[in-house]
Amino acid sequence: MDLLGLIKELGVIAAIAIAVLLFVLVVVLYLVLKLRWVIARIQSRLGPNRTGPWGVAQTVADALKLFQKEDIIPCGADRWLFTIAPAIVFVPAYLVYVVIPFGEGLTARSLNVGAIYISAISSIGVIGIIVAGWASNNKWSLLGAFRGASQLIAYEVPIILALAAPILITGTLDLDKIVQAQAGGFWRWNIFQGLPMLPLAFLILLIAGLAEINVAPFDIMEAESELVAGFNTEYSGMKFALFFLAEFAASFTLSAIIVTLFLGGYQPPLHVLGAQITAKLFGVIPLFSLISLFWFLFKCWVVVLGIMWIRSTLPRVRMDQLMNLSWKALIPAGLVNLLLTGAYVAFWMAK
Amino acid sequence: MLAKDFLTVGIFAIIGIGFVVVTLLASMIFRPHRPSDEKRTTYECGEDPIGPAWLQFRVGYYIYALIFLIFDVEAVFVFPWAAGLLGFSKSHALAVLGFVDMLIFVSVLSFGLIWAWKKGVLEWK
Repeated sequence: MDLLGLIKELGVIAAIAIAVLLFVLVVVLYLVLKLRWVIARIQSRLGPNRTGPWGVAQTVADALKLFQKEDIIPCGADRWLFTIAPAIVFVPAYLVYVVIPFGEGLTARSLNVGAIYISAISSIGVIGIIVAGWASNNKWSLLGAFRGASQLIAYEVPIILALAAPILITGTLDLDKIVQAQAGGFWRWNIFQGLPMLPLAFLILLIAGLAEINVAPFDIMEAESELVAGFNTEYSGMKFALFFLAEFAASFTLSAIIVTLFLGGYQPPLHVLGAQITAKLFGVIPLFSLISLFWFLFKCWVVVLGIMWIRSTLPRVRMDQLMNLSWKALIPAGLVNLLLTGAYVAFWMAK
Repeated sequence: MLAKDFLTVGIFAIIGIGFVVVTLLASMIFRPHRPSDEKRTTYECGEDPIGPAWLQFRVGYYIYALIFLIFDVEAVFVFPWAAGLLGFSKSHALAVLGFVDMLIFVSVLSFGLIWAWKKGVLEWK
């Protein structure tokens, strides 16, 4: 390949990367606002309603405010680690979006090891949390970081075991192909396959995923009433904003993974609601990937609302309950489920 | 093909790091910078911090990390196995082989987990 072609190719990939970054930023802005609205509704409050019509500009205002806040590095802190920790947390949360199939043909790059890639990259964030807690020279931060690390590693194992189930029945690690295998209608979605193993895997992934993105009821690493703010107690300004961004990006990632692996990804629930209906209504085919993008985002939106509902209604678990839930319930269940799914694939599916 | 795949990941990484650097530098233009001793003390509920924060830490976390390592290595085996088993199931003998492999592997793992459980390692004290 000549040099010009290479530069052109790099330019295209960079453009895609920037588009994905903008998408992540917009999604986070929306999710923060939506979360505040939903929690306010559930707690019979009004929620943000002053900034712009219905308060839609609230997160933009918050972001601008954080942008101009002084960046305080506490005395005795490890300056370098303190500064790079937000990057170590944010960059992996963003890198995961390389493989997520947003729609038909709308994947930044469909890796053939997609599922491993996701679980490998998303676990780098733990290092950033430990680094942030350690570098802050604050006891709350350190305590939060250690709690966070032990929580994140405890729930990574059930996630791996749950991810294995849809991979087993589709026989590929490529997320695009996993979605393609679920085409044809909602009864073909992975969650309705191989009863009752796949629904159980879905449940394990949902519970462990909630812990992995550390939202209530599993938010003990930044439990306000116990730990002030956990690992980011000493952070202010843009560095805090980056942690915040990574957290919400991760919560969208979780719903995207759930949708991709279990709920048919960008496939419409009924075949007629896909390309056919757009062809009928608008008489053009280019809308094909747009309608799949719509279905993907719609499903993610439903899952995200479910997560918000859970996090605003359940009380926080205790540290020992948290560890027990993973090591004594989810991991044994995940191992048994893995074997049952394996047996199903090896002895039933071939016939 | 493979090189191109990870070239994409590399460019995403560069853009991501670039975003962090740009936002941190850009906010430098707008934000004030007036550090004072009070501002720079670490937060300890309003008191002056007592002693350093870099202390010895309870060993419980370390033990969980050790068990986790064993289980995380399992992922290296589980993912390729999961991706390959459907192809194996075309032939009965291979399907049995594939399943029994995992049965042995999971049995060893579960034995380790049960042992740790009985030993009381999984108790949060």
